[in-house]
Amino acid sequence: MALDEYKPQKGGTEYDPEKTEFTFVGTRPDRPDGLDKVTGRAKFGADMSAPGMLHAAIVRSPHAHARIVKIDTSKAEAMKGVKAVVTRADFADDIPFKPGMGGELWNVLENVMAGEKALYDGHAVAAVAATSALEARDAAKLIEVEYEVLPHVTDVDKAMAPDAPVIRAGTRDRSVPEGFNENVVRYHESGHGDVESGFAEADLVIEDHFKTEATHQGYIEPHACLAMLGNDGKGELWCCTQGHWNVQKLCAALVGIEQSQLRVTASEIGGGFGGKTAVFIEPVALALSRKANRPVKLVMSRSEVFRATGPTASTSMDIKIGMKKDGTITAAQGTFRLQGGAFPGAPCEFTAMCAFAPYALENVHQVGYDVMTNRPKQAAYRAPGSPMAAFAVESVIDELCKQLDLDPIEVRLKNASKEGTKASYGPRFQRIGLVETLEAAKAHPHYSAPLKPGQGRGISCGFWFNHGGETSVTLAMSEDGSAQLMVGTPDIGGSRASMALMAAEELGIPYENIRVTIADTASLGYNEVSHGSRVTYASGLATIQAARDTVRKLKKRAADKWGIDEDAVYWEDGYAKPSGPNAGEFEPMHISKICAKMGATGGPIVGHYEATPEGAGVSFATHIVDAEVDPETGKTSVVRYTVVQDAGKAIHPTYVEGQYQGGAAQGIGWALNEEYIYGEDGRLQNSVFLDYRIPVASDLPMIDTVIVEVPNPGHPYGVRGVGETSICPPLAAIANAVSAAAGARLRELPMSPPRILAALEKQANG
Amino acid sequence: MVKVHLWSGLRAFAGGAEVVEVEATTIGEMLDALVAAHPGLEDAIEAGVSVSIDGRIIAAGLTEAVAPENEIYLMQRLKGG
Repeated sequence: MALDEYKPQKGGTEYDPEKTEFTFVGTRPDRPDGLDKVTGRAKFGADMSAPGMLHAAIVRSPHAHARIVKIDTSKAEAMKGVKAVVTRADFADDIPFKPGMGGELWNVLENVMAGEKALYDGHAVAAVAATSALEARDAAKLIEVEYEVLPHVTDVDKAMAPDAPVIRAGTRDRSVPEGFNENVVRYHESGHGDVESGFAEADLVIEDHFKTEATHQGYIEPHACLAMLGNDGKGELWCCTQGHWNVQKLCAALVGIEQSQLRVTASEIGGGFGGKTAVFIEPVALALSRKANRPVKLVMSRSEVFRATGPTASTSMDIKIGMKKDGTITAAQGTFRLQGGAFPGAPCEFTAMCAFAPYALENVHQVGYDVMTNRPKQAAYRAPGSPMAAFAVESVIDELCKQLDLDPIEVRLKNASKEGTKASYGPRFQRIGLVETLEAAKAHPHYSAPLKPGQGRGISCGFWFNHGGETSVTLAMSEDGSAQLMVGTPDIGGSRASMALMAAEELGIPYENIRVTIADTASLGYNEVSHGSRVTYASGLATIQAARDTVRKLKKRAADKWGIDEDAVYWEDGYAKPSGPNAGEFEPMHISKICAKMGATGGPIVGHYEATPEGAGVSFATHIVDAEVDPETGKTSVVRYTVVQDAGKAIHPTYVEGQYQGGAAQGIGWALNEEYIYGEDGRLQNSVFLDYRIPVASDLPMIDTVIVEVPNPGHPYGVRGVGETSICPPLAAIANAVSAAAGARLRELPMSPPRILAALEKQANG
Repeated sequence: MVKVHLWSGLRAFAGGAEVVEVEATTIGEMLDALVAAHPGLEDAIEAGVSVSIDGRIIAAGLTEAVAPENEIYLMQRLKGG
């Protein structure tokens, strides 16, 4: 259905094409949390303390794969200052193991505290709480763990080999075809058409192999929490997380208490990017608190963050694409192997489904494998799986364009998915904005700017689905006509500003008159995690609806005062007004006047909205990158970068641009330097920022941004999520730029200086 | 009857069919009917699926209406980072 055929109900949740003029939405006010953050008043995970608080430390396996023969805690327990020690025996024992993702709760428990085996270097095996952090660390050294070291595997291709050590027999689900090593635990296959006949129609077919290493989300704030759990089963938890209702659900199950008895408050968050959608230390702190009957604070070191929290999956990928001389893609095929550590869950299906989504293909086939290795349990990282797929696919398209002497943007325009295109993963697209991003990229001065010697230019498209999810919002009016808005999605990207703008738009009061609070789990209905680029879409939609509910109640109060029907009142710029001469002649009534009397005219005025919005529109982006390669050292510099992305409708354009720039910056690190390096012993070799190199300001050019707005049919203002799509194209766009600058195709990430030099040497040797 | 397209990894559990027809007026009824007709699909559906109705991807709405004229695809459950 074309967008202009929509007939939305006024005030509904679908896009309203008549709503084109905005007062507050689209402006760039100061962020409401800005002063707290620049003055140090903002409270992050480690900033909360409590009287009688203990400090905790975790004992971690030094082995990649080992049977835990014995844990002797007696010396630690005898140490002065130690108040509690926990092992797996202190957690719930009624969580069943199941194959595949059906046993995810068991997987979470097994990751939080090892059972019979340590499954990776850094896997938690015990924990201790003492009266100081120093005592806790000393006591942890006194816990004696006897291991039987087992063979290990950390590489995805080696883990699939028939003779690879099996991480956990019985984990694979029924999707996996016969004949694979048991480390292959899930399988995805999708597509349509006949790829072989498609390849036969092509003038050029390129088939190539690509690999990417695991990278960490790299949030600056390590995981931290303060837990209080009494023997009565009632608990309080303060933690940095992307989703405190999910923390409540998981922690309650893992320590065996009722979900509603655990109140969880989300702190300010120093970055998450998907990595704080899981629990790691929170159940441990709760178990220690219950045993010691004291509050327990637990803060991870940077090394613990690297060794034991989720990096993204690493990949091994085969791509085959056929193209005609005019640029038409005739067929595309991809095989995507992802390792996600010692547990099922590597996003092989998303990798496969996103890989060819930008293109309208008659013949496409994609296969994904979820493979277990002796590494930490992977966690989501912005558009899980999509950036790696784009790297492989867009590299091959770039090579086809090069060999057929075709313009890379024209080829992408020729094959671009549009409204009504049958997506590579099955359904037909609704209204989407890929073509608009490509046209904007083509028109941007960057695309036609001359390159200097030694520089190369790369182009890539990227795709992500976006998500809705359970959402609850409450908007309460104050007696002075200002408003308190409570949302349940932790603010990981400026959402408080966006929520306030949308509430201001509906209520007709200034942005500054709305205070947005991230409510705790006892103060609001369930809210899904801040993930899937869902917050501005779903909490925003809920905020609009809660504000409209509030306005209905405000109009009712004015109607009652005037003695007319509430349908004869309309709302404009913060005033209730009679809708016409037939309604009677009354002075417009300002929101502050209505609220000043609310206690005497029916009680508090509060608007609500609770739902699971299901209209998150998918999103596309196109990136342009210029890179320069030093052939003597292999050092690469990104000298110019432009992001073009469809936001549907930018609520706070500065934050949208920040998301675009952030995705590009993280992509530059992923493409050029970041990687998990494992030794032959299966231990992580680079678990601090000195050895794991994320980009700093001096590594980055100013990243230019272009906001394209193609409205999402599923949001009243047309909003699409923007947080994840921005990290989909960078790996490929940078690889294409570096390959052009180096004169050699780079097929493995990161493109660190040694790999650049190796590629140059291979090219020179033919 | 509604026609449900399966991703190809699921087809082995539905006798090789790419499209399965079931009697249903909501997504919830549709998923129940799929499991009743092809019990092998239960694991995948229990693990979580999203449903695309005419291109709108629905992750949780069991009460969403489905009709014979809809283009319906099962997809693996979507989430994000």
